[in-house]
This record gives sequence, structure tokens and C-alpha cells, in this order.
Amino acid sequence: MKKNVLLFGWCFTFYYGFAQEPVKQDTLQTVQVEASRKSLKKSSNLTSNTTVMSSKELLKAACCNLAESFETNPSIDVNFADALTGTKQIKMLGLTSPYLMITEENIPIVRGASQAYGLSFTPGTWVESIQVTKGAGSVVNGYESISGQINTELIKPLNDVPVFVNAYGSTDSRFELNTHFNKKVSDDWATSLYVHGNTRVSKNDMNDDGFLDNPLGQQINLINRWQYACAETGWITFLSLRYMNDKKQTGQLDYDRTLHKGSTQFWGSEVNTERFDLTSKVGYVFKDMPFQSIGFQNAFSSHNQDSYFGLRTYNIKQQSYYSNLIFNSIISNTMHKFATGMNFTYDAYSEVISQNDLGRIDNSVGTFFEYTYDNTDNFSLVLGGRIDYHNRLGVFVTPRIFAKYLPWEKGVVRVSLGRGKRAANIFAENQSLLASSRDFSVLDSSGKIYGLDPEIAWNYGFSFSQQFKLLGKSADIGLDFYRTDFQNQVVVDLYAGPQQVLFYNLRGKSYANSLQLDFNLEIIKHLNLRTAYKYYDIRTDYLSTTAERPLQAKHRFFANLEYATHIVDKGKQWKFDYTFNWLGKQALPNTQSNAPENQLGKYSPAFLVMNTQITRTFSSNFEMYIGGENIGNYRQDKAILGSDNPFGSNFDTSIVYAPVFGQMFYAGLRYKIR
Amino acid sequence: MKNIIMVLCLIGFGISMPAQEKKNKNAKYTFEVNGNCEQCKKRIEKAAFSVAGVKSAIWNLESHELSVILNEEKTSVVEVKKAIAKVGHDTDEIKAEDAVYEKLHSCCLYERKP
Repeated sequence: MKKNVLLFGWCFTFYYGFAQEPVKQDTLQTVQVEASRKSLKKSSNLTSNTTVMSSKELLKAACCNLAESFETNPSIDVNFADALTGTKQIKMLGLTSPYLMITEENIPIVRGASQAYGLSFTPGTWVESIQVTKGAGSVVNGYESISGQINTELIKPLNDVPVFVNAYGSTDSRFELNTHFNKKVSDDWATSLYVHGNTRVSKNDMNDDGFLDNPLGQQINLINRWQYACAETGWITFLSLRYMNDKKQTGQLDYDRTLHKGSTQFWGSEVNTERFDLTSKVGYVFKDMPFQSIGFQNAFSSHNQDSYFGLRTYNIKQQSYYSNLIFNSIISNTMHKFATGMNFTYDAYSEVISQNDLGRIDNSVGTFFEYTYDNTDNFSLVLGGRIDYHNRLGVFVTPRIFAKYLPWEKGVVRVSLGRGKRAANIFAENQSLLASSRDFSVLDSSGKIYGLDPEIAWNYGFSFSQQFKLLGKSADIGLDFYRTDFQNQVVVDLYAGPQQVLFYNLRGKSYANSLQLDFNLEIIKHLNLRTAYKYYDIRTDYLSTTAERPLQAKHRFFANLEYATHIVDKGKQWKFDYTFNWLGKQALPNTQSNAPENQLGKYSPAFLVMNTQITRTFSSNFEMYIGGENIGNYRQDKAILGSDNPFGSNFDTSIVYAPVFGQMFYAGLRYKIR
Repeated sequence: MKNIIMVLCLIGFGISMPAQEKKNKNAKYTFEVNGNCEQCKKRIEKAAFSVAGVKSAIWNLESHELSVILNEEKTSVVEVKKAIAKVGHDTDEIKAEDAVYEKLHSCCLYERKP
């Protein structure tokens, strides 16, 4: 019998949702609870410090794609990556997305070549929920995460509605159309086909610098998913096929790519990406033993980006294979659970930057064991460890520990400790710097990744939250403190001078401290307030100086107010939402040697960004929404340095601390056929 | 050919006979346990887990039913019921002692069935 089980495991590609509870059995319960559940909820069941965002939360803002879906979540900071591509960059605990593990249904999706734009390749309407874990998390999916993990669950074919349509348009001339089709083939089989298209059709230059504020572009994104789940036999299967093609063109207003490419008449840039994904998951829950399961997941992806920024070309292609086998069971009873298994990854990169071939092949194999103790009352503990072999990182151990304790009613204390290790893809992760006159220099040559050593960091965290009643209204407060200590880091040095960027192994110390205070209150029924204050202290020893990480506000304040009317007449409802983000001053890269008109101060000014949205639900099947982003119309002064001479030495589009684009209004509709 | 099938059936029968006597390592039972609230749930499940051989115990607050999976080589469902009654919760078979019941937290004082 045991042999057979093993055989099954190996022969089938196989996965069992990380969720540790049988997926199908849980489905009905989940649906029932939904009505009273908050759209953004710190999970009190999980041992890790995880916030679960439901799809309802995503409906509160324009949320065209995953990168934009964190605007109403205080744990994640959304910033603009550069003044050209309109790309939003996320940070957690003050560290940028390369230090996060970003997975889709527990398969790493934004890594390597997709680091810069990957989050904009998942349309918001596909998302069912997002789990955001701060600090050290599970070892099951890999060793790379340092400051946290973000996992996205897409809508499951077995729970979907037959037809869904979403149309969106905005004053910055961006249009989107999402159509979902779903069919239940039998009681156990269902399939979904999602088609997403977006385009920006006209040129905008609100700050009159001669450059487009947002790129012209179009994206086609298709996914076909198959889900099989049979409660009687215990088998679960997922199969996904996905194709994405994204084109962006930006630069000077008069730039015509057919005429001016490769010349110095006008400055222009194009970023074209084509991506293909094939994912399979098979899971089996043992008969009569709902606590024991085995899962096997396999993913293949091909990511191909062709781009140029002025006269600099940058092409990267990553072909990647990821495989994960996981076995979940118990030791004597369900108070003692464990998960164990193996991972394998293979990445073939072909990377060419201005005719320099930087191609490489990475592969790794590893095994993990994770033990979970839960006393079913007030204490739980997760002890995880993994051992990996990687052709560039060597053999290494990744320990992670996290625990939860409820000292008194509605109070939760969490602590975590963990290690992460990764290879920095310095060009892919910092490609916004290519759209500048900066020279790229790597100062080390003895390491195995572009001459550099792997990044290694330890993360320690403490979190406390308490729910209570304030004048009879439910309220909660939270305090999170996290520290990341780099043992080695690939330092991206922008302090050396405005005409260069240096990459080198950390010589000295580098750390990131973050403190977050939350206060949430239900002011009256249906009127909720969410506030957060965040403090970041991020310092690195650079060659020339010890300084704070540039483009990072030390103080941030966040507030979100939501109000919904009672639901009347078969689902008629109004919903109002308002978000306020205040960012304190940010240290800026050194621009002192530039011409006076192209110099920025040492610090950026503090500023405020406000977003709002109104949704009118006409029935449970039809709703319309209008909203505004950056309604206070705050814009960065001088978003592009040296914009009058883009082939000159002062040109730089990478120093962006605030919105480049001013006010933007949008409207959309969502329609379901059941 | 028929004989072979007959023989196979007999062998099959022969093998399955001792298997039935063999005790089930993952025996599933669902029975009623009286209780009220989240605190009761924790107490009931904790009591069930205190019995060696109990692998899983989930009490449903709405239906008042406890689902247990236990290893019959090590224990029996009666042992689980005894352990639960001992902490103050009535089960379908075994009732808690009055003195223990009365000491329960006020919110846990469920309505007892005769």
C-alpha cells in the first residue's frame, strides 16, 4: 500500500493546496462565512502574520492589475518605479519586491526576468484573494523570501459564474476589457477561459516636459484553467495555460519608433514582453484520513522581454521550470502536523545588455520539513527548515520559526525569525536605471552572479494586535516591528554620482527596521475607518557614505474610510471609499554635480495622495463605479532630469518619489450572468 | 477459467476475513456532545485529544456534533466519551458529573438533556 502511494506521488503531477484542509470540503463553509467577513482581515487562525485580502477589497479601487491592488492595504507601500513606464513598484517592510516571494497559487511567478513588470501581468479581475505575510513565512515554497510573501489565489473554476464582463475607461486614455467564461463540465470538472485586453491610445504630457507621462501600450492576456475535485476519491487537479503579450512605447512626444529608433533625433523607448505559462497541480487527500495528503505541482514558463531605452538595448529571456512535491500528515494527532517534500527549479536566462551577453543557467534542488504545533487553544508554533543545493549559491540551510500566542481574550502576539538567500538579477531588477545617462559598473568579480555574491539576510519580527470595544463599537489596534539584517547584500549605489550606478557586495552593515501602528474602528454600522502610521529606518554602508536608502519615506501615514448603505431590493447598494496616503520627506540620490537646473535637493518634499471611488450596485449581477486617483493633483516637480537634452549626461528618469501623472478619473462596470 | 475465478474469489474472501477482525487505525465516529460556545469547543476538543490514539477531533458549534478519527488499536470511542464527560460535557452515552458541570464557565452552562 505504501509503495503504491509513493508511486502515485511520483507518477502524477500533483499538488495539494497549501491550505492543509481538504479543498472541496471547505468550499461550502467558505461561501457561508463570506457575508460577514471583512474584506481585509488579519488572520487570527494562522500562525504567521498574514493579512487576507478578499476580492471585495480589490473592488474598492481601480485595481487594473495586481501591482495596483495594494493601494488600500497598509502593509504594502505602492510607489512609482520610474517616470516613463507607469509601472508601480511595491515594498514591504521597506524592501522592494525582489526581497518578497510572490507566488500565484503557491507557485513563484514574479522572479528573475519578470521582477520589474511582473505584477502588472495579472489582471485584477482574475484574483479571488491575496494573502500577505510579513516577515519569515513557510519554507515550503522556497528559500528566496526575505521580507515576506505575497500569494495570489485566482478564481477557482468550480466556484465561478458562467459569464463575467468588466469594462473600464479612464481620463488618461486607458481602456480595459475583461471577459470571463466558465463552464461546469460535470459535478467534478469545471473550466474557465479569461480574456483580458488593455490599451492606452493617446499621448499625455501633463507636466509639459516633452515626455509621455504614461506609455502608449496594449496587453493581451489569456488564461484557460481546468479544475477537477472529487470528494469521494480525494483527488484534486488543476491545469492552467496562459499567454500574455504586452507592448509599451514611451519617450518624447514626437518620437516615432519607425523613424527614430537608434537615432539621437528623439529619445524613445519600447518594452515588449511575451510570456507563456503551463501549470499543473495534482493532489490527493487520503481516504479516511483527511489530515493526510500529498501534492505535486509543476510549472513551466517562458518569459521574453525585448526592450530599448534610448540607445541602450536590453533583452532578457527566461525559461523556467519549477517542481514541488509536498506531503502533509500528522504526528499522533492533528495538534502536531508536518509537511515535507522536495523542490526543483531550473532557469535558463539569455540576457543581452547593449551587446554584452550575460546569459546563464541556474538550477537548484532542495528538501524541506515543516512542523506545526497547535494546542487548539492559545498557542501555535511552526518550525521549518530546508536544505538546498544551487549551482551558484552552493549548499545552504534555511531555518524559519514563527509562533502565535493569545495571552488574553482577543489579544494576539506573534514572533518570527527566518533566513533568506537569493541571487540578485541586478539588471532585470534595476532596469528603470537604464533610462538614464548612468553608467553601470559592477565593482566585484569573484562572485558567481554577475561577479557578485548571493544576498543573505535574517529577518526578525514581533507583532501584537488587540480587538476591543470603543464606546460600544468594535475596534482594533496593532503594532508590528520587523528588522531585516543583511549579512550580504548587492548594494545599488546611487550616491556615487548622477552619471553612474555602482553594484557591489556589502562592505559593512545594512539593515531595515520597520514599525507599523494600526488603528481600525467601525465608527457606525457600515462606516469603517482604517488608519496606519509607518516608520522606516533603512541604512546601508555605501562606499562613500553611510546613508538611508534613497527614495524611501521615513514616515508614512495611511487612512481609508469606507461606507456602504444597507442592501435593499435584491442587491441595490451604494458604496463609498476614500484613501489617504501621506509620505514624509525621502532621501534622494546624489545630483550635486549636475547642471544647476538638473539638481534635486538632498530630500524630496512631503506630500499627500488621495484616491476615492463610488460604486453603485443595481443588483447582485450588475454594478457601475466611478473614481479618481490622486484627486489632490500632486505631481512631482522635475520628474525627468535633463529632459531638454535626453542624450546628454544629466538625463535621468529614475528618480521618482511622487506621482508623475496628476489627477486621473475613471469609470467602469461589472456584469455577471449566473 | 471459471475455476480460476472461483479460486481467486475464495482467496480474496480468505484474505478479507482476517482484515475485518483487524482493528481500524482510522476509525471515524460522529456523536453528539452538548455545549454552547467557542470555549466549549476548545475544552471538548482538548479532552478528546488527551486520549492517546485520537488523531483528529472537530466539534461543530452549530450541530453540537463531534467528529473524531481514532486508532482502534489504541483506544475506543467510549474512552473519548468518558474523557469528555470528565471535563463537564454530556455525550450521547456518558453524562458528566453534576459537580463538574456546575463548575463550568457561566457561558458554557449548556441546557442539559434528561
